[in-house]
This record gives sequence, C-alpha cells and structure tokens, in this order.
Amino acid sequence: METAGHLMIMPIVLPLAAGAFLLLLDERRHVIKAVISIVSALALMVIAIALLRSADNATASLGAATSSVYLLGNWPAPFGIVLVLDRLSALMLVLTGVLALASLAFSLARWHKGGPHFHTLFQLLLMGLNGAFLTGDLFNLFVFFEVLLAASYGLVLHGSGPLRVKAGLHYIAVNLAASSLFLIGVSLIYGVTGTLNMADLAQRIPAVPAQDRMLLEAGAAVLGMAFLVKAGMWPLSFWLPGAYSAAAAPVAAIFVILTKVGVYVLLRLSLLLFGVDAGATAGFGDSWLLFGGMATIAFGAIGVLASQAVSRLAGFSILVSSGTLLAAIGMADARVTAGALFYMVSSTLTIGAFFLLIELVERVQDPAAHVLSVTMEAYGDEMEEDVVEQEEVGVAIPGTLAVLGICFAACGLLLAGLPPLSGFVGKFALLTAMVRPDPAGGDVIAGSTWILVALLILSGLSALIATMRAGIQIFWAPIEGTVPRVQILEIAPVAFLLTLCLLMTVQGGQVLRYMEATAQYLHSPADYLRDVLSTQPIPRPNAPRDK
Amino acid sequence: MELVLAIGIGVLTGSGVWLLLRPRTFQVIIGLSLIGYGVNLFIFSMGRLRVNTPPVLQSGALVNPADYADPIPQALVLTAIVIGFATTALFLVVLLVSRGLTGSDHVDGREPN
Repeated sequence: METAGHLMIMPIVLPLAAGAFLLLLDERRHVIKAVISIVSALALMVIAIALLRSADNATASLGAATSSVYLLGNWPAPFGIVLVLDRLSALMLVLTGVLALASLAFSLARWHKGGPHFHTLFQLLLMGLNGAFLTGDLFNLFVFFEVLLAASYGLVLHGSGPLRVKAGLHYIAVNLAASSLFLIGVSLIYGVTGTLNMADLAQRIPAVPAQDRMLLEAGAAVLGMAFLVKAGMWPLSFWLPGAYSAAAAPVAAIFVILTKVGVYVLLRLSLLLFGVDAGATAGFGDSWLLFGGMATIAFGAIGVLASQAVSRLAGFSILVSSGTLLAAIGMADARVTAGALFYMVSSTLTIGAFFLLIELVERVQDPAAHVLSVTMEAYGDEMEEDVVEQEEVGVAIPGTLAVLGICFAACGLLLAGLPPLSGFVGKFALLTAMVRPDPAGGDVIAGSTWILVALLILSGLSALIATMRAGIQIFWAPIEGTVPRVQILEIAPVAFLLTLCLLMTVQGGQVLRYMEATAQYLHSPADYLRDVLSTQPIPRPNAPRDK
Repeated sequence: MELVLAIGIGVLTGSGVWLLLRPRTFQVIIGLSLIGYGVNLFIFSMGRLRVNTPPVLQSGALVNPADYADPIPQALVLTAIVIGFATTALFLVVLLVSRGLTGSDHVDGREPN
C-alpha cells in the first residue's frame, strides 16, 4: 500500500477538494472556476484510466489478488469501511470520468453561467458517483448515494424556470422516498446478518437460519426497490423522462450515469449476495429483474415512439437501456453479463452524446414546431436567448448543419443498434449470448429468452423509427435563413463521445475481452470475498508493543 | 415495548405514506418527514430493543458483549438523521421556489380543473 495504493481514494478526495475550494471563490470568477473544474475532471479521467489498467493487469497473474482493497481508517475488513477496486468498479470510474469531462466541457460554452455553484455541485456529484462505485460497505454506499443525490437535486434545478422546478420537485420527492426504502432495506439486512460489509454479508448469507431467511429476502427486496427506482424500472420510472428532459443539456448528459449507478449496484449485489454460493437464497430476485426489465424495455420502446420532443425521446431511450441491462442481469449468465457490460458502456456514451446534441439541433428547429412539445418551456424565454446570442464567443463552425446531421445519424444508429457502430456490437454480443445455449445446460432456450430477444430487436426498431422521424423534422424542414451558431466547444464533446463509440467498435475484441473477464470475475464471488476479507491493515511505523 | 414501538413506527410510516400521496407540496414534505422518523426508529430497533445497556464498551477490562447494546444502528441513525434533515431542508427550498414561480402549492404547479 504505497503511493500507488493511495491512488484508489483519489477519485473521491479530488472532486471533494475541488468542489470545496470552488465554493470559496466568488461567483463572478467564471474563468478560474471553469479551469479548476475542468482540470479536476481531466485528472479524474486520467486516474480512472490508470486504475483501470492496474485492475486489468492485476488479474493477469493467476492466484494473485484480483481486486485491490483500500482500508479506510486502517481497520481490517468486516470492522472498518473498505473501498474495493475491481474491473467493474474501474470500468464505471472510467465511464464516469469520460462522461463528466464531455458534459463539463459542453457546459463551459454557456450553461455553467446559468446558475450559482454549478461547478461545485458537479464536482460533488462526481465524488458521490465515484464513491458509490468504489465502496464495499452497504451503509457507506447509502452515504455516497445521498451525496450524489443531493448534488443532483441542485443540478436538476440548474438554469431554473417553472418547468425545471416542477420536474425537480417530483424528482426530489421520488428520490427521498427511495432513500427511505434504502435505509429500511439496509437495516433489515443488518438486523438479520449483523454486518454491513458486502463481502462479509456474502459470507454470512448462506448460513442464515431458515426462519430468518424471509426477513433477509424482504430486506433485500426493499433495498432492491431503491436501486430499481434509480435505474428506472417500470413501473417505478414515470419520473425519469420528465426530469431528464427538463434538465439542462450538460446536466442531463451526466445524469445518464445516475441510472447506471442503480444498475451497477444491482449487478454487484445480486451476484455477490445471491450468486452461486448463496445456498438457499441463490438467484433471489433474478426473475423479477428479468421480467421487470422486459416490461421496462416495452414501456421505453413505446415511449420512444410516442415522444414529440427529442429530449423526451432521449429520456425514454434511457429506460430502454436500463430495461435491457436489468433483464440481462436477471439472466444471471456470465456471457450475457459480458455483453450487457459492453452494451452499458456503449449506450451510456450514446445517450450522453444524444442529450448534448439535442440542445444543439433544437436551435435549428423552428420555434413554432415546439408548441406541442414540453421542451419549449424548458428552453427558457426569448429574453434569455437574446442575451446568449450576444455572449457567444469563439468560432462558429462552418457547415454546422452537416456536422450536426452526421452526429445525429450516428446517435440514431447507435440507439437502434445498427451496424457499423458499437451499439450493434453490444446488442449482438447480448443476443448471441442469449440464444447460444449453455454448453452445460442442454439445448433448451427458455421462452422468456425468446421474448426478450424479440423485445430487444423491436426496441431497436422503435428507436430507428423515432430518430428517423425526428431527423426528418429537424434537418429536412425548410430553414428560414437561420443556420444556428454552434461553437466548437459545444460540438467537440459530442464528437468525443461518438468517437469513443467508434473506437469501441474498432477495438471491439479488446473491449469484449475485458468485459468477459469482468463478467467471469463477477460470477465467481469467492475471489472478491477472499481479497476483501484477507487484506491486512498496515502496521504503524514504530508502533509501541501492546501492554 | 416491542408492540408500542412497532405500532409507533407503523403509524408514523402509514401517515407519512398517506401524506406523500396527497397533492399539496406541504403535505408531501410533512409526509416525507414522518416517513423519515419512522425509518429512523426502525433502524434503531434493528439493533434489538434493550434497556439499561450502554452501547460503548469499557476500555481495558474484559467485558461481556451481551451486556452492551449494539452501537452500529445507533451510529447509522445519527447519520440518517443528519442526511434526512439536510434533504428535507433542501426540499423545503424547492417547495418555496415552486410556490413562488407558479403561485400554486399543487405538486404539478397548477390547480386541477
């Protein structure tokens, strides 16, 4: 545990320090605030990539520890809170870092001046996200959840306006109720097992006596509800499209990862606590996830088709993505999980880019076309628009419409899962893993799997129809001499995210190899248990002997 | 004692849920607060109800853990109270902003017709 070991805590400490420092600066010093914030986000991404590399290399040598464990407060595992870095958490850290950098860069064009303390809230949101991905303790997870939620409450209101306040009110109420469920679940699980450490829990769950098992399952179910609200499973998801489409574009883009926090925790906990070694409770909740996920895909796909405004279309795309992931977790099959991880990264980047792009393409649209759509209100009044026009600095790129059109088409292809981009690779990996029968389990493919396959393909079709319709309305409509001004700073993050999707396609083999290793690791929780519970505290230098 | 506590938690949470589903923002915030109290009591009770047992061990002497209450739920409750207080305050601000912007205390920002 030398300097390299301490790198693990940096994703939490760095945004906390940056966010706290930004609070001290005067609100008018935009430039210095922006510089600190973007440097912090850049450093976070570099750290996350370094951690990803170390997590990937750790598993290369057999028998060695497959995950690094950081003992906060230097207490051994079940007694102190631990941070655990394995392939999955490293992957989530990188995803957060990339998305944060893109949306922060986008916000520098105009949005970061739209309200007070944008950068502080943004950094604290990153701290909560990174902490939730790293922690190995249930109650610590609750604390990081609250940190990220509290920051997100502020961010969803960023830019103000009646529509945002209304959507924010619903968003906050729903999430406060979900936090109560989280607490009930955690305390029930603690009451039955007497521990909050995830690894220790996984060890104790097989030994829970039969009469307490129902209580444990009730606790796990209530806890799961809290994450399902976050992930947006139908019927717990009606708040999501409204809140996300009302939020400012860079905020909505970073919020895409918030739903993935719920998915991440469900993936981690269902495989760790109710995985293969869990005895009588093994596989608990899997069918709920599978069927709930399928219902979510169906609801999301219908919503995508029914959306008038493009931002609502993006909101429902999140539901489709969440539903796909939840159903894939419910399959509890390592190969499906690998495909799901690939799909998750691809869809998160895509929808993030899509939210950013929407703000740009809506400048093309004739405002009259907006009358039906809810976004008009969110877009602010005319006054605000005029002020922004004057403020714009930097070079407007030529051929704006061509660039926007290409980006929009790429987003459409990615959302629909059509070749040649990574959306296709992800969906293809998922579908092949589903219909390729398990070599150990015979040739029978369950009926529910066929329904899921059909739903996945249909959801792609609905995304294709909806994005095509929106594209025709936006780009083929007659434009009355007002080609929008789009700054390079605004289009670059979109291009950055889409390029990453392209890279994922080109390097598909490499990425899938990583995802498969991650899935293998997740499906054999014994390694995780051993690594966490065997980590010894660092002896104090010149520690006085006891007695 | 268990019965009294259970009824207390049930009444708090039940009234909280009912208020949460009401259409006025003030009812929602009171509902959320009541649910918060119910949940805090619930966490506390998960450490088992014991009377006259301190949660903090004596240092030095060899002690029997059975004579002491479980300190962890008490620590959790403290954290939950602080977080609940902060989020309730934040919600209150949003509530006031909503009232100011829309002129209505309905959760949808407009009166139902």
